[in-house]
Amino acid sequence: MSPVLFGILAALLIASALGVVLSASPIRSALSLVLTLFFIAVQFLFLDAQLVAALQVVVYAGAIMVLFLFVIMLLNLQEEPQAIARLGQRAAAVFLGSLFLLAAVHFLAKPGIGAGTGMAGAVPATFGSTELLAETLFTRFLFAFEITSVLLLVAVIGAVVLAKKTLT
Amino acid sequence: MVIDLLIAVIKALIVIGMVLPLAGILGWVERKGSALIQDRIGANRASIFGFAGAGLVNTLMADPLKFLTKEDVIPAGVDRLLHTLAPCVNLFPAIVAFAAIPFGDVYEVGDRVINLQAVGLNVGILYVLAMLSLGVYGVVLAGWASNNRFSLLGGIRGSAQMISYELGMGLAIVAMVMTFGTLDLQEMVRAQGHLILGWIPAWGILYQPVAFLLFLTAGIAESKRVPFDLPEGESELVAGFFTEYSGIKYLMFFMTDFVDVAVVAGLVTTLFFGGWQIPYLMRDGFHLPWGAVVALPQIVVVLLRLVAFMVKVIFFCWVQVLIRWSLPRFRYDQVMRLGWKGLLPIALLNVLATAVVVLALQG
Repeated sequence: MSPVLFGILAALLIASALGVVLSASPIRSALSLVLTLFFIAVQFLFLDAQLVAALQVVVYAGAIMVLFLFVIMLLNLQEEPQAIARLGQRAAAVFLGSLFLLAAVHFLAKPGIGAGTGMAGAVPATFGSTELLAETLFTRFLFAFEITSVLLLVAVIGAVVLAKKTLT
Repeated sequence: MVIDLLIAVIKALIVIGMVLPLAGILGWVERKGSALIQDRIGANRASIFGFAGAGLVNTLMADPLKFLTKEDVIPAGVDRLLHTLAPCVNLFPAIVAFAAIPFGDVYEVGDRVINLQAVGLNVGILYVLAMLSLGVYGVVLAGWASNNRFSLLGGIRGSAQMISYELGMGLAIVAMVMTFGTLDLQEMVRAQGHLILGWIPAWGILYQPVAFLLFLTAGIAESKRVPFDLPEGESELVAGFFTEYSGIKYLMFFMTDFVDVAVVAGLVTTLFFGGWQIPYLMRDGFHLPWGAVVALPQIVVVLLRLVAFMVKVIFFCWVQVLIRWSLPRFRYDQVMRLGWKGLLPIALLNVLATAVVVLALQG
């Protein structure tokens, strides 16, 4: 992927991510998050991971975020008044944020990371293809895959039980 | 490099040139078709120097002009940005979904082989599903950003209905993916070019008739048309999620309706009716089952297949118009029951049966 294209996409991605944090209205925040997830999917697309990109849109942007919007609409949330954020909260946020930034800078400054432009030659032609991903998923990671599906099933049953007023 | 870019642009223009006029013509088909079904004359008021063109002047010129010149009303107390964004968010995914649907095999010029598909994606069918799943945002946003309870109810109904029917639709597609063993729409169409017993074209509907019915039902529900037009529900919700829209924005909601119809017709054609395939037509001409061969130049074959694809798409658009004007509207609980207790279990069983058959044939 060309660095220029990556730069443009990354800028859009960060701008929409900032939109999530900085919007006063919850619905605009949620929509910015949809946009962020969409741009991440486009990044995947340029990294030859078509399947991951498609799943990112179908699952996150197309299903999960719709439920977020649903809840925001049904609760009829109003704009968040700025005054509510207390001084202590802000101080804690700044402290934790800078801690995270420090860790990120420390990690990225390590030699070898970011210099991996030579990697492109090592990627096989089938990289990111559905067949390869499915094969890895159903052989090496079969146990994790099955356990995750059981976990999701339990979550679904739990949700139904909680949502039902009377169990008959 | 420049030529590749030019080819990509031309292919994109071909797809847009198919979808948008089709959406316009569907407006005419719907109005005159409904008139035919209900034994009326239908749109015939507007004319140019006495020429009404069987309602074409009315529906393709007078109506759009009227929509374009109407006042654009934005209700008080709404988020103006989101209110304007909603029709665009509604229309955009429907149009780009068509990009992965192939309209021909390949066209060879010199040593260059051009794949006749706007975007040749490894995961084509998933891309279309992803785009269709984004369409729900237009409905939700329009409902919420109108500051109107009828709109909000319509938006909530619409999103609940679209999410519910996406499941049935997705599972019907899963069965097709298992049958063809690929997610690539172009490969699926190529696989339908074989012949069973030497003379029956191996179209998807012969393998998966149940998936076809499931897909068509879910597709009509996704496009929110009668009998699934609860999100609009004129008798209860005025016009549902687009009650508060006028002028060009209202027209955009209308166009989304027709583009959705075209996308569903395109997918039905591609998955179940051989896409651009014409029975017995190979890349070099007709190979008839009794052995006769009619050789045809490449350009004729490509054009014939393009026409065949368009004819099939238009036919399934007409089927949808026919259904829309034949059936009464469901009640909301009936829509939900059909989606969750009807389509979903049948689709799951269909996937199971397909898996068993595919495994048995392999082993």
